[in-house]
Order: sequence, then C-alpha cells, then structure tokens
Amino acid sequence: MIPAAFEYYRPKDMAGVLSILEEHGDDARVMAGGHSLIPMMKLRMADVPHLIDLQDVGGLSDIEISNDTISIGAMVTQHAIIDHDGLAEAAPILREASLQIADPQVRYMGTVGGNVANGDPGNDMPGLMQCLDATFTVVGADGERRIPAREFYEAAYMTARDDEEVLTSVTIPRPSGGYAYEKQKRKIGDYATAAAAVQIVKEGGSCASAAIAMTNLSDTPIYSQSAAAALVGSSVDDAAISAAIDAMLGDIDPTEDNRGPVAFKKHVAGVILRRAIERAWSRA
Amino acid sequence: MKDEVITREERVANLKGMGCSRKRVEDARFTQGKGNYVDDIKLDGMLFGDFVRSPYAHAKITNIDTAAALEVPGVLAVLTAKDLEPLGLHWMPTLAGDKQMVLADGKVLFQGQEVAFVVAEDRYAAADGIEAVEVEYEELEVLIDPFKSMQSDVVLREDTVDENGKPMDGAHGPRTHHNHIFTWEAGDKDPTFEVIDSAEVVAEETMYYHRTHPCPLETCGCVASMDKVNGKLTLWGTFQAPHAIRTVVSLISGIEEHNIRVISPDIGGGFGNKVGAYPGYVCSVVASIVTGKPVKWIEDRMDNLMTTAFARDYWMKGRISATKDGKITGLHCHVTADHGGFDACADPTKFPAGFMNICTGSYDIPTAYLEVDGVYTNKAPGGVSYRCSFRVTEAVYFIERMIEVLAIELNMDAAELRRINFIKKEQFPYTAALGWEYDSGDYHTAWDKALKAVDYEGLRAEQAQRIEDFKAGKTRSLMGIGLSFFTEIVGAGPVKNCDILGLGMFDSCEIRIHPTGSAIARLGTISQGQGHATTFAQILASEIGLPADSITIEEGDTDTAPYGLGTYGSRSTPVAGAATAMAGRKIRAKAQMIAAYLLEVHDDDVEFDVDRFVVKGAPERFKTMKEIAFAAYNQAIPGIEPGLEAVSYYDPPNMTYPFGAYVCVMDIDVDTGVTDIRRFYALDDCGTRINPMVIEGQVHGGLTEALAVALGQEIAYDEMGNVKTGTLMDFFLPTAWEVPNYETDHTVTPSPHHPIGAKGVGESPHVGGVPCFSNAVQDAFRAFGLRHTNMPHDHWRIWKTANELGLHG
Repeated sequence: MIPAAFEYYRPKDMAGVLSILEEHGDDARVMAGGHSLIPMMKLRMADVPHLIDLQDVGGLSDIEISNDTISIGAMVTQHAIIDHDGLAEAAPILREASLQIADPQVRYMGTVGGNVANGDPGNDMPGLMQCLDATFTVVGADGERRIPAREFYEAAYMTARDDEEVLTSVTIPRPSGGYAYEKQKRKIGDYATAAAAVQIVKEGGSCASAAIAMTNLSDTPIYSQSAAAALVGSSVDDAAISAAIDAMLGDIDPTEDNRGPVAFKKHVAGVILRRAIERAWSRA
Repeated sequence: MKDEVITREERVANLKGMGCSRKRVEDARFTQGKGNYVDDIKLDGMLFGDFVRSPYAHAKITNIDTAAALEVPGVLAVLTAKDLEPLGLHWMPTLAGDKQMVLADGKVLFQGQEVAFVVAEDRYAAADGIEAVEVEYEELEVLIDPFKSMQSDVVLREDTVDENGKPMDGAHGPRTHHNHIFTWEAGDKDPTFEVIDSAEVVAEETMYYHRTHPCPLETCGCVASMDKVNGKLTLWGTFQAPHAIRTVVSLISGIEEHNIRVISPDIGGGFGNKVGAYPGYVCSVVASIVTGKPVKWIEDRMDNLMTTAFARDYWMKGRISATKDGKITGLHCHVTADHGGFDACADPTKFPAGFMNICTGSYDIPTAYLEVDGVYTNKAPGGVSYRCSFRVTEAVYFIERMIEVLAIELNMDAAELRRINFIKKEQFPYTAALGWEYDSGDYHTAWDKALKAVDYEGLRAEQAQRIEDFKAGKTRSLMGIGLSFFTEIVGAGPVKNCDILGLGMFDSCEIRIHPTGSAIARLGTISQGQGHATTFAQILASEIGLPADSITIEEGDTDTAPYGLGTYGSRSTPVAGAATAMAGRKIRAKAQMIAAYLLEVHDDDVEFDVDRFVVKGAPERFKTMKEIAFAAYNQAIPGIEPGLEAVSYYDPPNMTYPFGAYVCVMDIDVDTGVTDIRRFYALDDCGTRINPMVIEGQVHGGLTEALAVALGQEIAYDEMGNVKTGTLMDFFLPTAWEVPNYETDHTVTPSPHHPIGAKGVGESPHVGGVPCFSNAVQDAFRAFGLRHTNMPHDHWRIWKTANELGLHG
C-alpha cells in the first residue's frame, strides 16, 4: 500500500495549477481531499507522477447564498456543509446527504469538488447535484466553462471535464419544496447499495415539479426524468409512486458486487426511492 | 501505627485485589498514543522487507527475474525459494504437522502467496522493488470448493503423493484422496447411527460456517536483528506465543535457543491471527543473517486479510435425534474442513479439528459421533481460532443451530427444548459422549435468569402479534428472538493430552518481591489488549497481600519471562492465572515462616489476614506483608534463605468450562434486509470474577466480533480464487455505529479445580454471540417456513431468504 514515487506540488493560485497541468498533461492530477485518489495511488491503480494539491489555492472554500442561487467552492468539505446553518436552511438536502457520507474523519477532509469531479459512481454528491440541477464550473487554459451536472457524467471515472481542467465551484439554483436523501449502506463508510435524492414541489395538493436522481446503480449517477415525470401532476399517491419507481428501474443498470446481485439492488432501489419520495412529499 | 486505625474492609479495598473493578493500568499509555508496537521499533541501519505476492490462486512459476528489482535504488537483495533452499528454509513446518512454503517453490497455491522477499533500505524502496520483480506464471486449474477438490484429478500438493501419484499418509493418518489432509473422529459411530436411525424424531441440516478472519487492528509483523559479533538473534514480533516462537525458530534455523531472544511488545489485538509462524518471520530472520542488519517486515491490511490465518470455513452436516417429547437421544456431525493450500491450523497437536468434539454443547446427549475431513483447496492457509478456543465457535454454532432445527421439527419452543436437555447441576463433573469432562455448571439457573431478565414470554407474545400484523399488511418488519446457550472449553491444557509441536501447554509465573514491599511478576503469556497487567496484579494482591498498584506485571520477553505457551484460547487466566496464584501461595508460605520468626511464635500460630500475618487469637500482634518483605532482605533468619521469590509452572488438571445464556431481539426490514438489534442480553458465568469491569469490556468486544461474523464479515473468493473481500470496504469491521447497547449479567459457578475458581471469559461472548445473532435472524422467519439459512446474514442474503419465502409478494 505504498504509491509509486511522485512529485508533489502545492501551488498558491489557479494559474500555478493550470501551468503544471499544461506542462505534464496526463501525468498530472489535482487532488482535493484525496480520499479517492490517494487509495488508488497506494494500490498502484492510479499512476500520478505529478500530484497537485489544491489546499493552498485561494478562493475555493467559499459558500455563497443569494436569493436565487447557492455557490459552493470545490474545496468546501462535507463537514463544512453540515456545519453551515445558512446552507442547511437554503438547501437542507445537502446536510441530510452529507451526514450519510462516510464518517466524521472522512468528512473533515472530503470535499464537494473532489466528490463530484472524480466520476466515481459510488459517490453521493454527483446524484445529489443532478437532482438539484447544479452546474459545475471548470477552468482551464482557455478559461472557464460551465457544465450542467446532468450532462457531466459519461461513464465510471469519465466526465465532461478535460484532463487539463480543474473543477472550481458548484452552483445550485436555490431549491424549494420537500426533499429527501435516502441511502442504504452496509455500514458506516460504505458506498450506497442504493441511494435516492428527491426534491418535490407541492402546489394545491398535487406535485408541481420533481427531481429524482439515483446513486451507485449504474456506472454514472442516474438522473431519472421519467421517474419525476410520473409524479408531476399527481397527488403522489401509491400509484404515482409505483409509476415513478417503474420508470426509475428502467433507467438504472446496476451490476452485481459484494453488496448483492442485480435483482436485490433493483428491489432495494425501488424501496429506497419510495421512502425518499414519501419523506420528501411529507416535507413539501 | 497508621495501619491500626483503618478497618479490615479498608485494607481489603487498598489492595485492589480480586473482585475489584480496578481501572486498567495499560490504558494510560494506550489512550495517549504511547504504546510501543512492533512498527514503533526503529534500530540503527534497519532494513525493510516485503513480499512479491502471487496474483493467481494456482499457478506454476516458470521464472523469477530479479535483475530489474536489484537496479531499483535502495533495494539490496531479493530472496526467492532458490536462495532459501540451501538453508533448508524454503519450506517450514506448520503447527498442524504439515509444512508450508516460505517462498513459492515452483508453484503457488493461493492468491497472495509469498513469491519473493525484497529487502531494501526503507519500505518505499521495497515497494518499488516488488513492482520490478518479474515473475512468469503458468495458470493451473483452481480448486475453491472442498467437495470438488476431493473429486478432482488435480493434485494440489505434489509432496503429498508418492512417485505413482498415490496419496501418502499425513500427520494425522491415511489420506483418502490426494487433496485430503486427514480424517479425525470422536465418539461411537455405530451406536450413534443405531440410535438416530431408530429414533422417534430426527432433524437433519447442512450448514456452512463461512470463512472469515480475525482482523486485529494491528497487522502481523516483526523485526529480526542478528548480532553477528555475539551470535545472538533478537526477534521482536506480534507473537501470541513468544516462547513457542523461540523454540520453533531454534528448531528450524539451528540457532541454539539461548542465542535467541523473542520479544512481543505491545500487541494491537490478536484473536488467533498472531499464533502461527509466517513466512515473513523466516524471511526477516534470513535477511538479517544475510545482511547483518536488522530487518523489519510489516503486513499491510490487504496482506493481513488475504494471507495470514483465516478462521472457520467448516461445512457441517448434522443429524440430531430425540423422543417425541423432546429428549435428545443422539447427535451426528460430519465436517468438511477447508484448510486452504497448507494445513496451518493452530490446534493442539493431537486435535487436528481442535475441540470440535465439544459439539454436544450444554446438553445431556447420551450418544454422539463426530468426523472431520480436512481438505486442501486454493485458498490461504490458517484455520485459527478467532476469539475462541480451538474450533469451539464452530462447535457451538453447530449445536445451537441443530437445537433450533430440532425445535422446528418438534414444533416446540426452542427455549424449552434447551431447558429439558441441559446437563443438570448435580451431574457435574459430567463426562460428555465425545469425551470431555465438564468441570462445573449450573445451566438451569443461568437460563431461567436470562429468560426472566428479558421477559421471554412477553417477547414471544409481541412476536406473535408482529407476525399477525405482517400477515395483515400492517408492517413490513419482522421480529426475531435469538437464543443461545453455550459451553466453552478453554484453558488448554493438561500436558497429558495438550501440546503444540511437543511443547506441553502448561504456563508459568515468576514473582520477585522487592525489599520495600513492591513486586514484579513475569508470566509466559502475553496480553494483546486483555489487560493482563491489571488483572494478574489483582490475583497476586489477593494472594500475597501487597497492593495491586505495587505489582508490575511483565510478559513477552523470553530472556526474562518464564517459559509458557502464550495467550489464545482463553487460556491465560485458567493456566497462567493459576500459576500466578500458586506462585503467590509459595511467597505466602515463606512469608508465614518469616512472620512467625519476627513475632516469635511457631509457624502454625500465625494466619494470613488480607495484607498481614496475625498471631492466632491476638490480632493486635501482626506483621504486614510489607514488613515481612523487608525482613526477607535484612534479617538473618535461621533456616530460611534470604530474599522472597517464587516460580510456578502450572499444568492444569482439566480444562475449564465457562458458560452463558444470551438473548438477542432483532427487527428485520423484509424489503431491504436491514437488521436492527433492539436488545442484546448476555449472561456469562466465568467462575470467580477477577475484575468485573475488564470482564464487561471483554464481553462487549467479543459480542461485537460475533455481530461482525454473523451479519457480514467474510473472506469470499470468486471461482478463480480471487479474494473479493481484501479491504475494509468489503470486509465488515463494525464501528460504534453498527454496535447495539449490550446488557451484561452473570452467575458465578467457580471451577472446582482452578486455584482461584476462575474459568476465562475473553472468548465466551464470541462463541455464544455468533449463534445468538444468527438465531435471531432465523427465528424471525421461522413462522414463514425457514429452517436454516447460512451466515453471514448481510442485507442481500436476508433479502434473498425473504424473497425465497415469498415475502415480497
């Protein structure tokens, strides 16, 4: 469990980061909290001759909340999200989800940026950000780009971010309505067997809008538009929820692992989504 | 004198002797990060060694090219089997009478097997060197299933067959197949079969006790330092049995035993994982001899889980017979034991399946027969007793499941079935059908106390209501009531039938009382977190009348400690604890003579009272142990040697038999397989209780490891022999979050043959806990037709059970 030798960089600004990335191309990687990258390097599954630590780069740890949007810097830790009262009020699903990620020690180091940028299908934040219709800002040699979370994930560890770009912040339209992040896992610190992020807006007893995303049930997070559509206009009764679950099951593509076989995962995904919808609706 | 104004009770309290919840003296250093573990040892010029390991479970090795590795900066040497062969060290003996490759000798038999040992200036260079070693493998057919292995033409171990390919006898008798290791039997086959075949009721079940791993927080490791000037080898390591390691090292290396010093420093948990001898130890010693420098080897977590000492992996087939009203008449158990590529089980030599023949449990079963077949497969070697005496967890799981299955067959309450079959108090000492003599017990009292404490009747009523509600669609949660009653067999053991590699399983204690009335005691055991420094001082405090706080306990250095067989199988208190008491009594006997001399009376005219000897009938005339200690060093007493020291080597007359009654109440989400342990009650009877707080801590720890094993912890392989659970992501190690609140309770039935009546407790909660958690899961589904389902009961397997019972609609 010892990585191959690597050069360690700790630039003070983004220009410094980008110049190292430009110089070394594929041989360089940026690191935020390090919880995904360092184990991969120790297992020698990731070969990173040039490791760029973002800790000293300024301006990446801010949380800004306006009337319409929430902006979270890439280096904001999960602990900081849990600890931020304004954020808990503006988008309570962020705290509910963050509390279900790993354990306090991991959350002190784990960051929003690292969690969403790595493209690990087990991570909780990508699905959450798809549910919230977040936009990721990435910066590269040619300047900034903004990529919707719902278009960011291509395959496991493959995203719309270029290797020489750095994800700097996440912007979320301020959510309204009820919310729930429901996750089944084997133990503290585990990735989800199945997890569901749900936001629902209720108007006059029926569902005005909804967003649903599922985690660790495909090689990318799954934003299930059809599941949400099944709820819109309904009173979120049993039939509507069942329809949403059926739609979601058509979108996911789980694989067997130590958490269980495909049939089990699909079943649990349905149960978890039902619970998430019911809780979100009760809060809407 | 100040002593005279304090009461007798105060004098007793000042000693902090037996029965006192004395705080653990070890915790000051452990809670401040000041422990001294093997990996904390740093010596001048120390090198670091690590292994090239096989990615394949079964392969021929056609070539090993070390040239590139030797070019890596900092790499000094790469050892292969060819380098060890001239020394006769490319294979080593195992504790089970088999032998094991130290480094791959032409082939590998399990994934992660040691292929080459890279020695470098630091662990980073060693890791780079490992990457640069080029090994050519030719893959062979992999045998993971022991039943298929016993049918296969593939010979796993060429050294077990003769030139005609015929299997040769093994250490425990004839082999029936080239991949067969031994057959071991206990009890009477024909009478048992007759009883079962003619019985009114017979229940049969096959169960798999899955492979798992002790997974101590500290992995295995060592530092070997060969001093070429004085010819002495010092070996620090994570050894649960340092003296045995010294003898083994001497036997296989040829270094005289007085030139070997083995030191076990602080150990971060063992649970059986650190009993055996591993290739890392041999390679470190050889590397130190070759380089003349100290060499350190430390496993990482994956090495530990994948290669050193698994536990369990028993396929158990049982038949139990009874009368119609539930009186058990006979028991038959057949085990197919998967031992992996080498038989490296850590058992007393005459017991290749450990004490599996305790599988009649706590019940008066007149006739029984056990047979165990050991089998080679392409898995890691081991077969250690993970927080239990030798294979006792398997035995107790087997009988406690068979009881439940029989209860289903009889349509009887499982608590009642146990009650009517328990060995009765007046039957002790009780000789079981498979040979053991149970020293003492009062099972009915313990069982009644446990059932009353949890309101068993009330729980059953609540469960019945839950089942009704479930059937009516009002809930998706089922309720399980897990019962277990266990009898452990610990304290190995009497030298007449217990030895390891010919070394009798006695243990020892040596005491020196210092002139000012404090003391040091050294033992042949070694704490791995059990708190020996706390509890053994308490035994002595009560025996010799000096405060526990004035007694240092030292273990683990073979140059200073008396010979002993180490700590595992709950043997420390039953064996070394007895030696401690006996050595203390020798001290007291001499102290009595000194006191009599000082008080100018006859020896028989003084008697021991807490912390002093008093003149019989004149309690105002006394000498404290502190005064006596000083006198031993400053008075010329006629006929008595100066000084106050004693040593005792204790050969126990019998094993001890702790027992207990556990109840678990669990809610199960039928749709997700998620379990919620609502209540866990544990009554333990470990005989005389030395430190109630330490006992409670041991019970909590053992129950937590039981929960782990029952609910998810496993070493799983795919068909190619790849380990699927090689990291803590997939290998379940519970945290505080997953662990319920435990309620502990006790009864006290002292061991009649142990000097202080103590029986040992560290492993009881694991032995009793695993079937209790498992029975809770199975009980939840009993009303829906479940008879038995195998552990581990993780979410998906519970879901599968519910699914197969049609509970998902």
